[in-house]
Amino acid sequence: MRLAFKIAKQFLKNNKGQTVLILLGITIGISVQIFIGSLIDGLQLSLVDKTIGSSSHITISPSGRDNFFEDKDDIYSMLRADTRFTQVSSSFDAAGFLLYDEETYSLLSRGFDFQDANGIYKFDERIIEGRLPNGEREVALGIGLVDELGLNIGDELDFIIPEIALENVTLVGVFDLRIASLNRSWMITEISSAQKLFQREGQISSIETQVENVFDADIIAEDLSMSLSNSLQVDNWKAQNEELLSGLTGQSASSYMIQVFVLLAVLLGISSVLAISVVQKSRQLGILKAMGIKNKTASQIFLFQGLILGIFGGILGTGLGIGLTYIFSVFVTNPDGTPLVPFYLDYGFVAFSVAIAIIAAMVAAFIPARKSSKLNPIEVIRNG
Amino acid sequence: MANVLELSKINKIYGEKIKTQVLFDVDLGFEESSFNSIIGASGSGKSTLMNIMGTLDKPTSGDVLIDGRSTKDMSANQLSAFRNETIGFIFQFHYLLPEFSVIDNILIPYEIKHGKVNAQALKRANDLIEIVGLTKVRKNKATDISGGQQQRAAIARALINSPRIILGDEPTGNLDSETTENVYNMLRDINNEFKSTFIVITHDKRIAEKADRIIEIKDGKISMDIRS
Repeated sequence: MRLAFKIAKQFLKNNKGQTVLILLGITIGISVQIFIGSLIDGLQLSLVDKTIGSSSHITISPSGRDNFFEDKDDIYSMLRADTRFTQVSSSFDAAGFLLYDEETYSLLSRGFDFQDANGIYKFDERIIEGRLPNGEREVALGIGLVDELGLNIGDELDFIIPEIALENVTLVGVFDLRIASLNRSWMITEISSAQKLFQREGQISSIETQVENVFDADIIAEDLSMSLSNSLQVDNWKAQNEELLSGLTGQSASSYMIQVFVLLAVLLGISSVLAISVVQKSRQLGILKAMGIKNKTASQIFLFQGLILGIFGGILGTGLGIGLTYIFSVFVTNPDGTPLVPFYLDYGFVAFSVAIAIIAAMVAAFIPARKSSKLNPIEVIRNG
Repeated sequence: MANVLELSKINKIYGEKIKTQVLFDVDLGFEESSFNSIIGASGSGKSTLMNIMGTLDKPTSGDVLIDGRSTKDMSANQLSAFRNETIGFIFQFHYLLPEFSVIDNILIPYEIKHGKVNAQALKRANDLIEIVGLTKVRKNKATDISGGQQQRAAIARALINSPRIILGDEPTGNLDSETTENVYNMLRDINNEFKSTFIVITHDKRIAEKADRIIEIKDGKISMDIRS
């Protein structure tokens, strides 16, 4: 082993041009792999974050025609204790109408415990005027409706609760959720206030959650629905965003294809250069064999060459790839100066790429190594 | 004295469809510590014979016995190890590894055998370098010394594992006559000192005459075998 390594090192050192060429090939290959991989990953993460970053990943709600349920089994606490979930928030949602200037506007009244709900909806950041409701009959409305009706903070509003009553509420805040339909149709309030308005104290309409690993949402949801009673249903974002998901899957597939072909090109490159090197070194190999080097050792020389090239190429490629990704995130920006694709690095993916570089170089060295093992010293000695 | 190397009924046929027989029933024995030369015209089969003796080539039929051990049924790995320990080669073209220094080249057979070099081996290599007169250039790359020096380095390399047998195939074939003389005198000195058995192919009659025994090969058969 030691001798094979020594000879491999010396062969590489003595053929500097060739060594640099192979190293360059591996470096570029691996850097492209890391660059493309990180770019697509970053793109997908930012896309997913924009899409579902401020919404529920898994929602538990009553099944069938019921709109409300009592959390008798304390599902809320159970989910809180489950490390797969990063956010858990109960809500009380019910439809009502805002009566203003003899016109009615249909609204979805959403009652939250804001301490929990901020984790998902970031209401604290989305309030652009006034404050979050925190007392009874205090509500916040979306910027769309507030502008349309010309409302002001402090306005007393009439809110019709179907089949119950006409109640009076106070506007204390204006929010902007950056989605026009929600800005037009949501009315948010403290959960207890909403429960009282709708005369359903102790009841909730859903438990909303966010999970650590968003792409496992369907599996977690499946798991969850097994442990819950039949009167509850579990929805997850993946089931509701199939088009986005198929887009992401397509993107991933094309990214993998690019990576595979880059890798293949690198593999062929290393393999052909090493194959030439066996021919170039056949004289040396012949004499080493005459001196008693074993076939296994002779093939190890080339496997070691592959290993050395793979390790160095992998390290250089990682550096270049990370550099490229960083430069892309710094210099390719949106008009507002934010990166077009945020800088994202998955260390696991980087380690995987380096491992691939080393394995590819070793695989590429396998054919030359076999050739070297089979070389008959007599051919070399007879032909001078 | 006992035979260190014995050839028994060696036949060598090349080719599959058109067969060319190069060696015919060759029987030969070489005594321990002797200095032998093999002469013959080109194409007489002497190099083939040498390659068979060195276990680099396999005879079509017959057996090569080294130290009384048959090599016929040895595996490739067994042969490699056996060759490494028992036989030193000196070829017409020195075949040093151009990537390594003189001393590293000389140590390679030792490293093949032991895996690594210890202080004792290093001392032996330096002693051999002194014997072949390369002390000044021992750290030079193998390509940065003259032809005569390269051949002498190859001789030191052949001796590093103290092999019982040293095979030389025209070891001075591409050296000038003065260097040839020096190299041969050196080989004889080594033969006297280390008691290795030398079998040397040469086309130079003057050199052949210095050996203890001259064997001539003609058309794949032994045509002359003289002991002095």
